[in-house]
Amino acid sequence: MKPINPKPSPRRYHQASWDEPVIFELSQPGQRGVLLPPVETGIEQEVGNPAQMLPDQLRRTVPPALPEMSQVHVLRHYDRISQENLGVDLNIDIGQGTCTMKYSPKINDQLAHTHKLTELHPLQDFSTVQGILEVMYRLEGMLKEISGMDRFSLQPGAGGAAIYANICMMRAYHASRGEGKQRDEVITTIFSHPSNAAAAKVAGYKVITLYPDSEGYPDLEALKAAVSERTAGLLITNPEDTGIFNPKIAEFTRIVHEAGGICSYDQANANGIIGITRAREAGFDLCHFNLHKTFSTPHGCGGPGAGASGVTEKLIPFLPVPTTEFDGQKYYLDYNRPKSIGKIRPFYGVTANILRSYAWIMSLGADGLREVAEIAVLNNNYLLKKVLEIRGVSAPYAKGKRRVEQVRYSWEQLTQETGVHSEEIEIRVTDFGMHYWTSHHPFVVPEPMTLEPTESYSKADLDEYVAVLNQISAEAYTNPEIIKTAPHNSTVHQTQQEPFDNPDEWAVTWRAYRRKTGKK
Amino acid sequence: MGLIVNPIAGIGGRVGLKGSDSLDIQQRARMLGAVPLAGERAASALELLLPLSENIELLVPPKEMGETVARSCGFNPQIIQTSGLTNKSLAPFPIGRGEGGDETTPEDTRCSARTMQEAGADLILFSGGDGTARDIYTAIGNNFPVLGIPAGVKIQSAVFATTPRSAGELAAEFLQGKGVRLQEAEVVDLDEDAYRLGQIVTRLYGYLKIPYRREVIQNQKVPSPASSAVQMQGIATDVIEQMKPDLAFILGPGTTTRTVAEQIGLPKTLVGVDIITHNELLAADVGERQILEMLERRPLGLIITPTGGQGFLFGRGNQQISPDVIRRVKDENILVICLASKIAALLGRPLLVDTGDYELDHLLAGYIKVITGYHERIIYRLISGS
Repeated sequence: MKPINPKPSPRRYHQASWDEPVIFELSQPGQRGVLLPPVETGIEQEVGNPAQMLPDQLRRTVPPALPEMSQVHVLRHYDRISQENLGVDLNIDIGQGTCTMKYSPKINDQLAHTHKLTELHPLQDFSTVQGILEVMYRLEGMLKEISGMDRFSLQPGAGGAAIYANICMMRAYHASRGEGKQRDEVITTIFSHPSNAAAAKVAGYKVITLYPDSEGYPDLEALKAAVSERTAGLLITNPEDTGIFNPKIAEFTRIVHEAGGICSYDQANANGIIGITRAREAGFDLCHFNLHKTFSTPHGCGGPGAGASGVTEKLIPFLPVPTTEFDGQKYYLDYNRPKSIGKIRPFYGVTANILRSYAWIMSLGADGLREVAEIAVLNNNYLLKKVLEIRGVSAPYAKGKRRVEQVRYSWEQLTQETGVHSEEIEIRVTDFGMHYWTSHHPFVVPEPMTLEPTESYSKADLDEYVAVLNQISAEAYTNPEIIKTAPHNSTVHQTQQEPFDNPDEWAVTWRAYRRKTGKK
Repeated sequence: MGLIVNPIAGIGGRVGLKGSDSLDIQQRARMLGAVPLAGERAASALELLLPLSENIELLVPPKEMGETVARSCGFNPQIIQTSGLTNKSLAPFPIGRGEGGDETTPEDTRCSARTMQEAGADLILFSGGDGTARDIYTAIGNNFPVLGIPAGVKIQSAVFATTPRSAGELAAEFLQGKGVRLQEAEVVDLDEDAYRLGQIVTRLYGYLKIPYRREVIQNQKVPSPASSAVQMQGIATDVIEQMKPDLAFILGPGTTTRTVAEQIGLPKTLVGVDIITHNELLAADVGERQILEMLERRPLGLIITPTGGQGFLFGRGNQQISPDVIRRVKDENILVICLASKIAALLGRPLLVDTGDYELDHLLAGYIKVITGYHERIIYRLISGS
């Protein structure tokens, strides 16, 4: 039978829309989700009043302003929000370039949810947690092999925290040689992740940024002009977010070493090079991985992220405490490290994600890791070819060259010809249940779009994504209003952009929002 | 809202005459078959404002300077009188003849802008080029909301929307109070006579206050993580930290350099050069000779920012800082400051220097450190523009 309403391509999509308020706005005075029973007399006699045990300065003078809600309202609230979401488990999530949105195998979640892990307490005696210590020790060994570094700390809670740990180690290294004050500048590139510049600023460094040369590669001559006796180090991503691998990376590290600096490799973009090139051979002293990108564990918003900081021999004394050790019979944690930078995060790292990463690597083996990189690169270059066939798109820099695992595209031509901007297309894409990200700021590539297909997606998935971009490009040339008035089928909002760049207006917490808008 | 159309704006462009600023040129342009574009461009912008026409009181000068296009778009505008139209003999030099047969002059533009400001308009929308922007700036200064519809040959000023439609869009958002921010934007203009002889002499004339949305303003296409104002404060804090008490500084023109003076609490000549210390204004609006005299008495540093959309560090809008002056300032005392978004907007093109001294231009060329925020630097290429 012929269907009355055949399914078009790209597929139709309509997101649930609940106009759901912020949870604080749902609060009703007196409502409760759980009523705790009063403490039994026997227990109170035995323990006393715990509130009175708290030192005065730790007690609140006013109760916390938490929302007051019944259980069912809390449940509904989060169920509704979950329906207004997108993601790798729901659709083709290749638009968050540089974030490596690969599939997180569910069996690894099951492992992380077993009571053998969830019921552990970080203060248990070593002898009772040998299993997870062994996992941490063995994962460190794998990361050493993948990068060529001599030791790793798994303590950082995310990539940014790992970069910060690396900068702290770099600072401690220079201080140990009496050059801490003199070396107050770090060098990075505009297409490296901004977390490098940001973490360096937090650590008190002046930040020098290099712009690309005319081919889009980090400018070697600019680096030569930047290094001096004040150089503490180089913080660089490779491949950068353009998907272009810096072929002169060894020369970069050599020039910085000759000036007395330390080189730290941001390996957030490692997904196209694992098993192929290593930080050590490129001359780096430090590197970091995002376990939630390259090694498949869920990202920050879908669960905690996790970072890993790697060092060569000369920086080992400065690693965060504790390190995980093995004496031939038992695993233990070593806190006795006088030159350590201390802690980057409480305890030992995000152990659930450490376990997930370990399981993921074990399931693939060394050859499998290399295959991951090869498929990620193949997928990306297939996508590159298909996207460049879309009217109005280009891939600036390194003309005619292939890219590693992602590409920063430009809609500049389409903007000039139709007046439609990338930030508008970004919203229109959500009408198809998809999403993409433009670029970090400032937009060095005009009208940017950054796509990273990873190894998780099939050819059919990539074709479907391209079909959506193709349709939107055609709309821009024939009916731009449909893009300018988007979204039509999604709950994403058209927002005023301006408050986002003004610290006096932006608010990342409810309390800040109330303070800055004067709302009660 | 006020609407001013410069009826002859852009007339020289399509016939390759590089501008429309003199009667002779306009006549030659017409002989070559040129058609004025400004009215058509203004109509594209006005269309976007039509849905609000009930709520907009539109003020326009007569005929081709606004009335014609407003009526053709379906508005019922209020006509203002301009002294330029009624008093031709006072016009310094007639610059055009609209299609209706009336000559219009820059004074008409200036007069209209002043009248609209006095009548309490919320915004002046104008259709023209750099010359028109300059006239409006001359008339009403930098404290009144204005927005340009790009219609001229020369569109180097940052006061124009990217397209006529986006000008209409932005004006509508601004008039409806949709949280559009006002921002100062450069009014720069070429010396057209020199330009037709193949020389580029750009001057920074001043700043107009424009409604700003980053995607729709020319030469401001690069979104940044922090607003210009916030970035400038960071730059100023960095510069002041570096100002030694015993060294005075030549402070070049520009809004970024002005923020340095403001943060210290000093007045600043916006399109001129001042000499300041870390806590004192030594001389305001100085020329080359005064700077050289000061250099005889004491060493000076230099705080400078690129002017205009082309990225000229020296030789455009800051000619007071002459080759002689630059040669006498020690390299380490030259502080180059610039918003990172302005560097990004160069799209990889190097910064330029054109002091008129070929040898000095080549000495200055190379990779320079540009202060782009508090403790933030960009290493960027500077080449000789000559």
